[in-house]
Amino acid sequence: MTKGPRDKRMSIDEVVGELRDGMTVGIGGWGPRRKPMALVRAVLRSELKDLTIVSWGGADVGLLARAGKIRKLVYAFVSLDSVPLEPNFQKARQEGTIPELVELDEGMFQTGLRAAAQRLPFLPMRAGLGSDVLVNQPWIQTVTSPYDGPDGRQEELVAVPALPLDVALVHLNRADRHGNATYLGPDPYFDDLFAMAAERTYVSCEQIVDTAGLTVDTPVQRLLLSRMMVAGVVETPNGAHFTTCTPDYERDERFQRAYAAAAGRSDEDWAAFSARFLEGDEATYQAAVQAFQEEQA
Amino acid sequence: MTRADVCAAAIADAFKDDGEIFASPMGLLPMLGVRLAKLTSNPDLVISDGESLFLAGVPPLTALGDVVEGWIPFRKVFDVVAYGKRHVMMGATQVDRHGNQNISAIGDWARPKRQLLGSRGAPGNTVNNRTSYWVPKHSPRVFVERVDIVSGVGPKRAAEAGPAAARFNDIHRIVTNLAVLDVKGTDDTVRLLSLHPGVSADDVRSATGFEIELPDDLPTTREPTMEEQVIIREVLDPKGLRFKEVPAE
Repeated sequence: MTKGPRDKRMSIDEVVGELRDGMTVGIGGWGPRRKPMALVRAVLRSELKDLTIVSWGGADVGLLARAGKIRKLVYAFVSLDSVPLEPNFQKARQEGTIPELVELDEGMFQTGLRAAAQRLPFLPMRAGLGSDVLVNQPWIQTVTSPYDGPDGRQEELVAVPALPLDVALVHLNRADRHGNATYLGPDPYFDDLFAMAAERTYVSCEQIVDTAGLTVDTPVQRLLLSRMMVAGVVETPNGAHFTTCTPDYERDERFQRAYAAAAGRSDEDWAAFSARFLEGDEATYQAAVQAFQEEQA
Repeated sequence: MTRADVCAAAIADAFKDDGEIFASPMGLLPMLGVRLAKLTSNPDLVISDGESLFLAGVPPLTALGDVVEGWIPFRKVFDVVAYGKRHVMMGATQVDRHGNQNISAIGDWARPKRQLLGSRGAPGNTVNNRTSYWVPKHSPRVFVERVDIVSGVGPKRAAEAGPAAARFNDIHRIVTNLAVLDVKGTDDTVRLLSLHPGVSADDVRSATGFEIELPDDLPTTREPTMEEQVIIREVLDPKGLRFKEVPAE
């Protein structure tokens, strides 16, 4: 009698229940694109604190910073694209409320994840040389190539430190109950690297389907995550809102503008936004978003 | 003929000798200039939709789709940066005398007066592939003696950081609403290459927060040809989005 692989389906709260104070948490997606926002919102509601957040940041970083959850932030940018400067992140930086910051070049960030995914202490790279990334992060060292370059000299390169994660949170379009997952949009971003850089990876998705369903309407090359990289799967329809989750939905620009406006105004404005959208569970959030869309229509 | 059109043609000229490389414009005028170059001086340029697709055609700025000739998700952008066949034109909140660029933050990095984007890809771009900058509002707030934070690395800093940093450092052009500049002045400093029609050397001097090197014989930036003007107006930007960045006089 053969048994299938484990069923890893979980609830949002069960995922957040696996997190601990002080953990290093990588958040997949890119800026305002395919962020695991339902999981981020659940972290906001939790008692978790002192997190190290590793993210090519968008509103995930802004929200966690505003909620005071971040002790250390590793980032290369934080942006909402159509709103270039993330107001909650700006406020946190300008008020000095994030105790420790590691600002990297965005390619260095990928190299750091790749080093962690390959269980290496560092990988060499040109990016960072001559810039203030190395001035503001004096702990990042250079390494001299043991091989002669084309001019006979040995190049001194940045030894980009590995960025190992305790946990990665990512959002994909479809997954099966075992953790195999596929993206359907134009860009995988780096969710596979986050997964391999992490001790444990939790995948939220728009829809959980049968394993056979994963490749019914999309090429096998889009199966980005194998179940061996995944500890838990949670179905969160519209769970990347208000970021993109192409082709299931695009960014909710109207909602993003409302978010940015509330974040950039007074504490009272932010408190009102937070009370309306962020203080209930995910179902409450989605209902509030639907009401917002109806009143804006 | 408007100032915006002169800027578009000047940006196009920055890409005309690049050959078959990935042209990566950040922002509206750079995208207009790159597409203009592809339709005129350099049809071999590889362009993208700014998201994840290489486009075979040259669509208007507002078009959503075109024939696709390749896939360029963010992970492959990093590959091409390191491969080197790329010319990026970035924005710049500050540029200094030595062609260093800042998009990270204003003030002290540890506790900035104004947080901007962060370094983004500027450190990696500037030591790997050709990099230009677009400055829609040439002013002493942008052109400063020293940038607060070095995101993009100028040639002097690159040389000081060693051969690995200098080897592929190539700051090509700085195009502004007033002039075209580069960083090939004395001691790797910013130098004026041409003044846009109707702009005087004094206009640029007073809009620049450092002593800028002026050649003895200062040419005028060329005006776009009739063909270019038609392409800009009728094909690439019929809605006049370019005037949001460089207002018509």
